[in-house]
Order: sequence, then C-alpha cells, then structure tokens
Amino acid sequence: MSEENNTVKLPEPGSLIVSSSPHLHENSSISKIMLQVLLCLLPAVLAAVWFFGLPALKVMVYCVAFCMLLEYLWCRLMKQKSTLCDFSAAVTGLILALNLPSHSQWWLCAVGSFVAIIIAKQVFGGLGQNPFNPAAVGRVALLIGFTGPMTTQWVAPTPGAFVGAFDAVTTATPLTLAKAGAFQATTSATPLSVAKNCAENVDPFAALQTADSYWNYFIGNMGGSLGETSALAILIGAIGLLAFRLIRWEIPVAVLGTMAIFTWIVHTTSPSTTPGPLFHLLTGGAMIGAFFMATDMVTSPLTRRGCVIFGAGIGIITCVIRIWGGFPEGMSFAIVIMNALVPLIDRFCFKRPFGWTHASGGAK
Amino acid sequence: MNSTQKVVKFRGGVHPREGKELTASRELRIAPLLEKYIVPIRQSIGAPPTLCVKKGDAVKKGQRIAEPGGFVSVPLHSPTSGTVGDVVEIIGVTGAAEQAVEIIADGQDEWGAGLDPIPNWENTDRELLKKRILDAGIVGMGGAAFPTHVKLSPPPEKNIDTLIINGAECEPYLTADHRLMLDRGEAALIGASIAAKILKVDRVFVGIEENKPDAIQKMTELASKYKINVVPLRVRYPQGAEKQLIYALTGRKVVEGGLPMDVGCVVMNVGTAAAVHNAVVLGEPLIERITTVTGSPVADPANFLFRIGTPIRKALELCGGVTTPPAKVIMGGPMMGFAQSNIEVPITKNSSGVLLMAPEEVEQFMGNPCIRCGRCVAACPMNLLIPQLSVMVEAEKFDMAEHNYVMDCMECGICAYVCPAKRPLVQHFRRAKAEILAKRRKK
Repeated sequence: MSEENNTVKLPEPGSLIVSSSPHLHENSSISKIMLQVLLCLLPAVLAAVWFFGLPALKVMVYCVAFCMLLEYLWCRLMKQKSTLCDFSAAVTGLILALNLPSHSQWWLCAVGSFVAIIIAKQVFGGLGQNPFNPAAVGRVALLIGFTGPMTTQWVAPTPGAFVGAFDAVTTATPLTLAKAGAFQATTSATPLSVAKNCAENVDPFAALQTADSYWNYFIGNMGGSLGETSALAILIGAIGLLAFRLIRWEIPVAVLGTMAIFTWIVHTTSPSTTPGPLFHLLTGGAMIGAFFMATDMVTSPLTRRGCVIFGAGIGIITCVIRIWGGFPEGMSFAIVIMNALVPLIDRFCFKRPFGWTHASGGAK
Repeated sequence: MNSTQKVVKFRGGVHPREGKELTASRELRIAPLLEKYIVPIRQSIGAPPTLCVKKGDAVKKGQRIAEPGGFVSVPLHSPTSGTVGDVVEIIGVTGAAEQAVEIIADGQDEWGAGLDPIPNWENTDRELLKKRILDAGIVGMGGAAFPTHVKLSPPPEKNIDTLIINGAECEPYLTADHRLMLDRGEAALIGASIAAKILKVDRVFVGIEENKPDAIQKMTELASKYKINVVPLRVRYPQGAEKQLIYALTGRKVVEGGLPMDVGCVVMNVGTAAAVHNAVVLGEPLIERITTVTGSPVADPANFLFRIGTPIRKALELCGGVTTPPAKVIMGGPMMGFAQSNIEVPITKNSSGVLLMAPEEVEQFMGNPCIRCGRCVAACPMNLLIPQLSVMVEAEKFDMAEHNYVMDCMECGICAYVCPAKRPLVQHFRRAKAEILAKRRKK
C-alpha cells in the first residue's frame, strides 16, 4: 500500500516510548510557577525601589543572591541535583527581602537567608517538604534575634529619589514625615509602632487615620519593610496571582476579612485600644502576608475549607499580637503558627471521596 | 423526546485539548479485507474463552471460534471466512503476553450459518434476547470490555429504573462514538431499546457532550421515534466515566466498590448499543467495530470500521502511513489509553482509538517533589487527597493508602495531567491498588 510510497517508515519496535497514562500533560512546571510568582512580585519590587531607592534594591539583590547561593551550596554539599533552576530559592529570597527594612545591612540579609533556606527549608528535605514558610521563618528569626535593626531603624520613604536615597539615612525627608502626620524623627517609625506608642492618649490615632494618611498607606508612602508598605503594588501582584491560578482566593479573603472584623470589633468597643480596620489592613505586613506568604502552596492547606480556617487563624493571631502582643506586627508569627497546624487542618477538612456516605460507611 | 433532563455538575475534572477536529468531520471508512487477522482470544473481563477450532479448520465469517469459559465470559467469532492459522503468543494491549489465533482470509468473506435475525424483537422473550447478546460475543466497547449479557442480568433484588447510553466520549482525540452516532445512530437507539426491554426500564438517556452538536441534533431527531431522552452534557473530562455520568444524569452517587446497578442504573456505550442492534436485528456477532486512527503523525486520520484482529500496522497503512515517525502509539485515548511497544498489536472489541503522538508532543520528565499546589485535589473527580496518597505510596505504606481511599481511584489521569511537579501519580495509585488487591486475594 502507500507505505512503500511514503518516505517515512512506520515505527519499528524499540523506537516507541512506552509509558503509563495519561499521555497528555498540562503545560505547567514548578519553575514556571515560581517565575510567575516572581513576576507577580514585580509591582512590589518596583514600589520598594520607588519609595526607598537603591538601598532597597541592594537588600533585594543580597537576599536573592544569598538564598540562591545557599541553595546551590547545600545541594553540592548533600550531593543532590541542584534545585536552583526551580527558582523557589529566588522566590524565598525576594519575599524575605520584602520583609526587611530598606537599609538592612548585608549580614542581616545573610542571616535571614541562611535561616530561610537552610534551617526552614533544606533540613526538612527541601522544596515541598518544609512545614513552615521559609521567608516567614527567616523574618521571625531576625525579628527575635535582631529586634533593633528589624524594628527601629526605619528610613522614611523618598518617593522617586533613587540615587538621592543614599543620603536619606542621615538627612531626613521632613515633607514625607509631615504628610504622614505622626512621624517625628529622621528615622521614622512604622504607623504600627506609632499606634502602639500612642495607645495611652485619649484620641491617639487621629493623625494616623486622616484621608491623606490612608492614601499614603495605600500607595506605600510610609515607613516599613520594603514590600509591606505598598498595598497598591501588592494588590496589582495579587491580580496576577489569581489570574495565574497560583493562589486560592479563600486564604487572603479569610486573612483580611478576619482582621477587618476583629479590629472593627476592638476599635468600636474601645477606640483607644487600636485604630480601625482600614488602618490595620493597609499597614504592616497584612497585604504581603495575606497574598504572598500565607498562600505559599507548600505550607497552606489543600482544601478550600481548610484555606478558610487557616486564613482566619492567621487573621486572628495577627490582630492579637498587633493589639496586645509585644511586637507591633504579628503577621509572620501568625503565618508560622498556622503553618504548624496545616496537617491537622488538612486531616480535618478532607471530605470523603465521591460516593461515600455515612450510610455506606467509610473506612475511617 | 427532547432534552428536558436536568444535568448535575460533577466535582472536579479538566478540559484538555480536544484534538477531535482531526477526525470528527471525516466520514466513516470501511476497512478493506485483509489477508490475515490476529484475534486475541481473551477480549473481555472474566474467564477467558476456550478455542473450539484448530489449525487448518475452515471457518466462515461470524463462525464461533471460542466458547465462553463461564458466566462472565463471551464467545469469540471469526472476523472473516478462511482457515484457522497458528495460535500465537502476542504482546497484548496492556503489554502483557497473551494468546491470539490467526485467521487466514480466503477473500470470499462469506457468512456462515450462525445467528438468525430477530426483526420482531419487541415480541421476543427477554431471556432469548439476552442469550442472543451472549451468543454474539458482545462486551462493553467503551473500554472496560465487561460482558454485556452480564450487565443486562442484574440480580432481581436490584431495582433498575434507568438505562444510560454513554455517548459522552470525553477522551480527547477520539471520535469513534461521535461518528457512530452520526452514521449509525438509529442502530444505537434500537440497541438501547432492546436493552431497555431486557431490563424492563422506561427511562433511557443518551448522554452526549456538548462539543458534538451535530450528534446531539441527529440523535435527538432519531430519538423522537423511541422512548429515549437525548441529554447534552457539560464538556468536562471525565464526563463519560460511569460514576460521573450517572451522577450528572440522575444525581445518584455510586459508592466505592459498588456498581451502577446499586443505584438502579445500567450504563452502556453507544457502540455497544449498536452492536446489540446488529446482533439481534441483523443476526451479526461482534466481529467489527469503529475505531479512530488519529494523531498529528498520521497522514490521513479517520474513523474506520475495522474487523476485530486488525493489527495497528494495517490500520496505519490504510491511513496513508505516517508523515513523521511517531514517538508514541497509544491504544485508546491520551488520558487512559495504553502506550504500545510495537504496532503488531491487534484491534480488539474495546479498542476505541489508535492515537499516534509526534516526538515533540511527548513529554518525558523526572518526577519532582510535591509542592502541594492542590491542583490535583481541586481537579480529582473522586475527591481524593492525592498529595498525601502519593507520598504514602512512595513510602510503601499501602495499608495507610487503602485507609485513605486509594481504591476509589479510577485512574482517569487528571491528577497527573495537572501536576506541575510531573509526579507519576497514576502509576503510584495503580501500584497501590495492585498491592492491596494482591493482599486481599491472599486472605
């Protein structure tokens, strides 16, 4: 038949690939997911550079470089295939950087990266095996170990002044401070620590809750860690996260919703205890925590119901620490604590397979 | 009747690229007679039949060449007239060695004295019709190859009220059922009516995925003559899976280890229904079927009416060969089909398609660790906790996997399809199921 006319011969045995079904695969991979996360972090990165200048860029380069280097060295040391190309270390590094103050020293970045990559991730078995979010663990370790550099050495944002920002450490930017209303020193405080310090006054949060200051919180024109500040940038990135199907919307909605409800109740019953819900949502690590850290695939629950419980837990713990705890911010603590509960949440939320009923009797 | 039936959405599922456009609009072709057929002796679930002819015997087309080996077993028939050749050992569809008998065609293609047509089946005894279906060697042609006469003999305590004819054809690339409905839709509907009579049910559905509007239209037109309801279904793999199909059409859930008859349903593929028609009305045993030969390397992809026992090689030659050397030859569809090691494997009663994949379409990869992205959990139609299960299998904790419902897995392949870490999830679950079944047998 036409076989003779055809130049292409029918396959000989041995030339065919034999494998188990399915023979179709979605076009997805771990490295693609990680690159998409990096892309979604881009608005926050740009916002950080816009507000804090080149020092911010330096912190991000340090953290990403240290994380990737440590990942590479660990794989070499353990004689494993290098996992550098899945870019998970880069994501951890970048999120860690966004959790650090803008003028962090290189050694702070190095210590944070070591804790994140080696202690929080690799000793548990590497990607996918870590029970805790590496970046959150890195931040928590620095927060406890180096409380001074992590909570007091804030630099006021200098929007758009990339190179000039080098001077910002010594020369204050009073305009920015004046606009925020509550900042008094060249090294400005985050709105959250101001809130904490002023809690005794009668109406301590008036200056923090003007329309102007809310606008500044929203766009990120305030003191704080690199990625914490701009809610706008995080939200733009969040659209990407949802569009790429990288996160479950249940987690950020549960985190932010719980925070809003919790702080609204506390604020309305006792206005001198804490500012209102909008303040809490727009300041500190609420946004980056809810969208980029709590949603980490490895350390969040698998089921929708589980995601809601997980997110609500983070929201409550964060608010408790913020309002009554020893630190002005509690997002990373809350994430790490809830990470520990994920296996239990998964177990609790797993529904029986399709077709199982109580009458039919499950094995469990 | 028109489709007023309310359709329920099943959980999970995916929509892979369809690939059906390669063959869907192309007319059904009748494969010419070959010189030799290689007929695997065991073509159904259950006891293998025993050969009742020997080498050198003259056989007619449709003559019985093997007797059923038990109740769950069907006879086998010669695909054409000629002589019986050797009994050879071949590599079967699943890769395991199996016995096959060669039939050397004499070119006459002459029917033997076999089954008498039963044109007035409406007034024929139900047991007689059931016996005819057994005698014709009919098995489920959608994939599982379960003997149809067994399916039509539910125990009396099961109260069957619904017959579902499965025309979903949710597997990508395959269009055999689609073409069958377009070209032989009436036969399928008559077959369905015969099955409904045997089961004494009034409610008959034909479920068709909405990506086959022409088939839905054709079948709806034809069905007006019969008491049959044609229902368009959501385009979502695995819509054609038995449990999902029953749920979509009736809202009933089949429990694990249960059968459709437990919820009053019998599910039958459209091809099987057409074969029932042929057996009863025309008196023809099951010796041919429609199979899709497709894939980008195939020069002239099409649906063919092949005799059972046609090697893949001959099927490909009929399609004008290949334009590029294929990297994979799959018997069945891309989601659940079996990759073949050679192209001498013959088409059997449940071969719905022969799919070729070009090298660039075949992904080869190493499995990575699970990153718990949860895509498999969201997509699993059986609602299994796949990440945990796969880790249990990796750790060889089969008891734990059994405890966590691994036996509910139907191997539809969705989890491995969506997995970004490219984990061999279906293999894991197949392995766990095999280990668990082996252990159960020992007990």
